[in-house]
Amino acid sequence: MKNTKKQIYSKGSRCFNIFNYIILAIVAIIMFYPMYYIFIVSISSASHINKGDITLLPKGITFKAYEIVLNTERIWTSYKNTIIYTGLGTLINLLCTAMCAYPLSRPDFYGRKVFTIFVTVTMFINGGMIPLYLVIMNLGLINTIWAIVLPSAISTYNMIVMRTSFQAIPTSLTESAYLDGANDIHILTKIVLPLSKPIMATMTLFYAVQHWNSYFPAMLYLNDSRKYPLQIILRDIVVQGEMTDQGSDISSALNIVATNYKYAVIIVAVVPILLIYPLLQKYFTKGVMVGAVKG
Amino acid sequence: MKRNKNNAIPTRVKSSRLKMIKKSMYLYIIFVIPFIYFILFHYLPMYGVIVSFQDYNIVKGFSGSEWVGFKHFEKFLTDSYFWKLVRNTLLLNIYGLLWGFPIPIILALLLNELKNGVFKRVVQSVSYLPHFISSVVVCGMVTNFLASDGLINKILNYFGHDSVQFLMFPEYFRTIFTTTGIWQSAGWNSIIYLSALTAVDQEVVEAAMIDGAGRLKRIRHVMLPSIAPTVSVMLIMQIGKLMNLGYEKILLLYNGSTYETADVISTYVYRRGIINNDLSYATAVGLFQSIIGLILLISANKISKKVSETSMW
Repeated sequence: MKNTKKQIYSKGSRCFNIFNYIILAIVAIIMFYPMYYIFIVSISSASHINKGDITLLPKGITFKAYEIVLNTERIWTSYKNTIIYTGLGTLINLLCTAMCAYPLSRPDFYGRKVFTIFVTVTMFINGGMIPLYLVIMNLGLINTIWAIVLPSAISTYNMIVMRTSFQAIPTSLTESAYLDGANDIHILTKIVLPLSKPIMATMTLFYAVQHWNSYFPAMLYLNDSRKYPLQIILRDIVVQGEMTDQGSDISSALNIVATNYKYAVIIVAVVPILLIYPLLQKYFTKGVMVGAVKG
Repeated sequence: MKRNKNNAIPTRVKSSRLKMIKKSMYLYIIFVIPFIYFILFHYLPMYGVIVSFQDYNIVKGFSGSEWVGFKHFEKFLTDSYFWKLVRNTLLLNIYGLLWGFPIPIILALLLNELKNGVFKRVVQSVSYLPHFISSVVVCGMVTNFLASDGLINKILNYFGHDSVQFLMFPEYFRTIFTTTGIWQSAGWNSIIYLSALTAVDQEVVEAAMIDGAGRLKRIRHVMLPSIAPTVSVMLIMQIGKLMNLGYEKILLLYNGSTYETADVISTYVYRRGIINNDLSYATAVGLFQSIIGLILLISANKISKKVSETSMW
């Protein structure tokens, strides 16, 4: 392939390559610059931010904004909450999704067709926001962690991806375990799950990112501000520009502008995602591909 | 597969059914929790849409509330504001489709023309990243960049324009919403097309080369037709989703002065139902949206079956 390409490396082709590189470089800059800009402003000094001359590199580097962010109590509280919601939520997601995917992956599961329809219907039909809210209210889950982690316990789409992956495990393995007297619970925990580490890793990442980034369920179901996850606090500070916390007093005292503080909060919220991004990248394409295979 | 076929003797259907259920016993045990989950958080809410035919009262509950028939439906169908919501929902979606749909395809085609190397990997990594950034952060960036002292206005000022309060004018909302949507998803959505492109038969590409087809011609006549099935399936899926819009982002970006173009059915349901506690009315509006969405989805799938013999189910 490479050789043939070189043979017919015409003028037009070279022209195309140059344009292609330029266009894609611009795309990459558009995708990357906003985040980068947030970062360099968050560590620049107030006078430069007010002047607005920060473009490529931070100016008058200072970490005061971060000091304030890290001293803001509600950010710590919400960070802790988000970690708890993400941890517990993802654990529940993985357990429930696997428990749903495994029986449905087995051709000899009696009633498999009916149950598959029972589950996939929920991808296309739902009761809507208010009926779900009423159910959660009637279950007494309002203002508890369960309202955050239970309603989204299984993503049907992810479940289908996992089921497809379980189906790829050779049946000879499970067959022989049967002959040795193992039951399906043993087979799921001792054979299927250990063989499915890549897909479980993908699911862990998908679900965890989803929990980390979600704000709407918390907005709907939580009314105690001490239970708020990071994204709600982030919304108050960054989107609505609310500076009612001690942050504002300190910031005026230390000569930090609001922008600085807001951008530092954004960075603090995004850093965990950036840290696991290489991992995410390794697994997510796989997830997308498996999902593309019709369920 | 083999195990359940062994005993499938037609004359003894009943006993073999029992045997099969018995054999699946542990699978049922495993399935209990997911089953309860779907009943509680999916089927109960479906049943809960009956409140749209009631004047729901929290104290009286589902069974005690008064039945009012189609009162709420009549109310919103005759309300001109409701039709504004429908228009906004559809327009925001259609703009998203018109601009947001071709861009990932173009991106994938261009990326596919790059040699595998550092540059390709960097462009890919960087363009997938926004998909993992939360709506709150994205909207936070948007509101701050578009603020009167934000990045965009500083650029405008540099070129001698006055600052514009973009988020306060309804005429800018659709552009802002669509653009940020593309920024978030273009890279991610290109993955599926990129993978389809790797399956293109290299012999066909080489044959086209030998016939003197240039790069653009090869993209136009070889690459694009070979990913056409993927493209049509994705398009139909998008059309099927036309009524379900990322309202979480709208809730973060809109305000009273931009309701004219920004208020959509879901955001209205949220305000009426959760904020104003008008639960039955909001449920009725939401139900209307779900039904239209379902009709769209089913017809899109029918068309897909006819056109490309692919379907979602």
